[in-house]
Formats: sequence, structure tokens, C-alpha cells
Amino acid sequence: MSAPVNLITNLFDYTEVDPRHLKDPDTAHLVINGSTVLGMQAVPGLDIVTDEIEDGIDIRVRLEPGTIIRKSVHLCFGMLPERGVQKIIMDVDIGAGSRIALQAHCIFPMAVDVKHIMDASINIGEGARYSYFERHVHSPQGGVQVFPRAKVKVGPGAFFKTEFELIKGRVGLIDIDYETECDRESTLDMTARIAGRADDVIKIREGGILRGEYARGVLTSKIAVRDRARAEVHNKLTALAAYARGHVDCKEIVKDEGVATAVPVVEVHHPRAHITHEAAIGSVDHKQLETLMSRGLSEDDASELIINGMLR
Amino acid sequence: MGILNVDNLTLAFNGRPVIDNLSIDFWEGHIHAVVGPNGAGKSTLAAAVMGLSGYREYEGKISFKGESIDELTLDERARRGITLAWQEPARFEGLLISEFIKASAAEKDRRVIEESLDEVGLNPDEYMERVVDRTLSGGERKKVELASILAMKPRVALLDEPDSGIDIESIGRIFDAARTLKEGGTTVIMITHSLAVLNQAEHAFLLCRGQLMDKGSAEEIKKYFEDKCIPCDHKNIPEGAKAGGES
Repeated sequence: MSAPVNLITNLFDYTEVDPRHLKDPDTAHLVINGSTVLGMQAVPGLDIVTDEIEDGIDIRVRLEPGTIIRKSVHLCFGMLPERGVQKIIMDVDIGAGSRIALQAHCIFPMAVDVKHIMDASINIGEGARYSYFERHVHSPQGGVQVFPRAKVKVGPGAFFKTEFELIKGRVGLIDIDYETECDRESTLDMTARIAGRADDVIKIREGGILRGEYARGVLTSKIAVRDRARAEVHNKLTALAAYARGHVDCKEIVKDEGVATAVPVVEVHHPRAHITHEAAIGSVDHKQLETLMSRGLSEDDASELIINGMLR
Repeated sequence: MGILNVDNLTLAFNGRPVIDNLSIDFWEGHIHAVVGPNGAGKSTLAAAVMGLSGYREYEGKISFKGESIDELTLDERARRGITLAWQEPARFEGLLISEFIKASAAEKDRRVIEESLDEVGLNPDEYMERVVDRTLSGGERKKVELASILAMKPRVALLDEPDSGIDIESIGRIFDAARTLKEGGTTVIMITHSLAVLNQAEHAFLLCRGQLMDKGSAEEIKKYFEDKCIPCDHKNIPEGAKAGGES
């Protein structure tokens, strides 16, 4: 029993979360290392079922209709060995009128050759609220390939928010592919904030289809690439119904020999819908840079501060 | 010999001199005003002293504490103790006010950050965790800029139009901050066309088309500025004028 406890502590050492939170009976959690479940706790109204599969875990999450989970649910997908594959299949069903926020900690601190594949299917019931904050810790050498995939259905009046952040280490390869369909009066809000360096590769494909009237969607990508890193962002928002509103926003900062591509696509099928887009790619803002340099910061330190701010 | 000396400075854009053979000495620990109409070259002078990009291809010499800084980059000049508060300060997405001031501060101490905000009339409890972005008004952003300079404790602070965008009630705070800088030993150089700002200075320099028209006490220059410059119908055309003569 002590081995899993130590492993859990080891994994959470890389996060900003105190593992003692996991002892709180009101805090649901699921901790996985490789393809082994190290710990799991559900709370009333929330059902988590796991099955081991080849190189990974199949997870089914059910939130009963009308259930309000007040404390964030912690999911930890870790891979402490230097090499390996971790495949997470997630099937999430969020009942009508319920509310839940998940914090996913994806931890690959030693990775030399690690592949993490997430394949999620998420169904958010009418009037429910579902937030998913995914924070990654990678190894300094960037020996990680991450493939987050999700198909999301956001029910009438429901709310779906996701944030993806790399908080430590190098990207390696991050290849995000999310498809979301939004019913009437629902809200979609997806944000990715990633900084790449060396020969990192960042690929983001986020799609949102606003099917119902008054559906709203925002796709936001904030990316910085340095050295020889590359980033490709293909975000598309489609409005099919009257009064659907949306915005696609992509901001990328390029330094050194980094290369960034942004392709914001907006498609409107109804004269009473309205979608906007904005894409800005360039170097660090000159006036910001000179302001900080006029306080004595070097160009590199000033750039770092500006980029860190932009990625928040 | 002042702490900052500008000798025969000429800076031209597209062949037109914006600063024209200008020589000024700024005295250590004093508050100075550089006044003149729009286009007189005041902000250009500040940019050249600071070493901003696009303003370093000048003729003449700028010295700090008796040594030329002509070959120093912007950040090298700042590390020697020269800094600039922009007329329209930059905004920073995601950067907290506390982080912005800390980046400038000589002492990376929370107390210093709080005191500098307090000095410019911003409640630290309310502003420390706000972001230096578009959610701040122009006046708030100017005050944050000045707070960062107070925390930096520079040897020379160039304040470009320090009162622009500041409401009447807050102007006194800005002037107090300038005096606090002086009391800490900072040489303050205020770039302005405002008589209210000019009144705060001990010494003033009047520019017209990049040339020095007059220098003296703030009171003397104020009189010249009011009598000659404000009603002048040929602003920035000082042909035939000599230093100290009519503009």
C-alpha cells in the first residue's frame, strides 16, 4: 500500500496541488501512473469506473443529473518512467443541471520517449456546467508526444470550458484535436496556452459548431515559439443557427527561428448569426520590450516576462 | 558639470533635424523641465538620452556622470540608472501590476511595491493583482508607470508628459512623486508643454524646432513661454532666432 502512496506523492510533487487534498473525503480523484490506477475516490452523485486496457486505462465518468460537485475533481495521468505509452480512453456523461470542474494533471517529468494519448467523448446534459483544466508537466528534454483528442456535445443551455497549459518542461510534440457541437443557448470556451522552444512542435485543431440558436463559442490560442519550434493553429467556428455568436482568437509570438501558422476559419450559415476572428503573429511588442528594458531588464528577460504574461 | 550632459546633439529624420545642435546640462538631484510646443523635439531628446531604437543614430555626445553613453544600449543605460516614463505607457497582457513593478524595483520586496503604489495614489490592496492591460484607464496606467520608476530608484528619470491623461485631483500626486524621486537623489527631467508641470521644476529649458531657445529658472522660462511661445504664430520655425532670443 505504501508504494502507491509514495508514487502518488511523487507525481503530485510536480504539480501545484498538495496531495493531502486527496485525503479530503469531499474531493474526488483518480490517479494513474502508466496503465495502473494508484488511487481513486468518487463522491456522491459522481461515479468513476476504470478498466485496464493495453497500454492504458478506459475510464467512464458519470455525473448524476442535478449533482453539484463543489470541490475540483483531480485527475492525475502520470508516467514516471522515461519510456512508454499511456492511452486514456474517457467516456464522460454529465447529467442535466449538474456542475463539475476537473483539474487534469498530466505529468511526464522524466520522459525521454513517452507517448500520451487521450481519446475522450464528452456529453454535457441540458443546463449542466463542465470545466476541464488540463495542466502538463513535461521533462526538460521534451521527450513527450501528447495527443489530446475529444469529441464534445454541449447540450441546451449547457456550459463547456477547457484550458490547456504546459506549466513545466518542454513541449516535445503536442497535437490537440477537439471537436465540439453546441446546442441552443449553450456556451463553449476553449483556451490553449503553450510555449515551445528548441525543436518543439505544437499543433492545435479546435472546431466548434454552434448548432442551436443563441449558442456562443470562443476559441482562444496563445502560443509562443522560440529557437526552431513550430506551431500550427487551425481553429474553426461554424454558426448554423440564428443569434449564434462566436469569436476565434489566436495570438502567437515568434522569436529566433521559430515558425508559427494561424488559420482561423469562421463559417456562418445563418444571416442572424455573427462570428468574428482575430489572428496576430509577430515578435514581442516593441514598446513593451523597450519599456521593460528601460527599467534595466535584458532583452531576453523582458521577452520572457512578456511571453509569460501573454500565456496566462 | 551636471550628471547628464547633452553636447551638440543633432538627430535628423529623413534629412530634417528634429534635434539641432542641442547642448543641455542637467544637474544632479534637481527637477528640470524641458518645454516647448508640439514638434519642438522634447520627446525625441528623451528617446535619444534613453537610447531607444530609432533614436541612436545621432551626432554629438550624451554623457552620464562624465562618461559617454553613446555606445551603450537601452538596457545598459537603464542599468547605469537612466530610465524613461512614456507619455503613453505600454500595456501588457496578463502581467500583474505587482510583477511589473517588481521587475523594475531595485529591491524585490513586496513592501517597496506597495509603497510605490501608495505614493502615486493607488491602493495596493486594490491594484497589486490587477493586470497592466486595457482594463486600466490611461491615468491609472500612467500612475503604475510612475510607481515602477519610484521602485527602481533611478539616478535620472525622464518623465514624458507626466500629467497627460491624469485627472486634476491626481496631478498633485504625480508632482509629489517627482519630489519624492528628487528627495531620493534622482535627477528628474520632465518633458512637457504644461505650465502646471513647468511650475514644479527648478530649472527649465525651452526648445523650438530642436534648438535651445532659452534656459533658466522655471519662473523665467514660464514668462518667456507665456509671452512668446503660446501666442507665437510661427511655432517651430525659429529662423533667425538665437539661443535666448525670440522664437
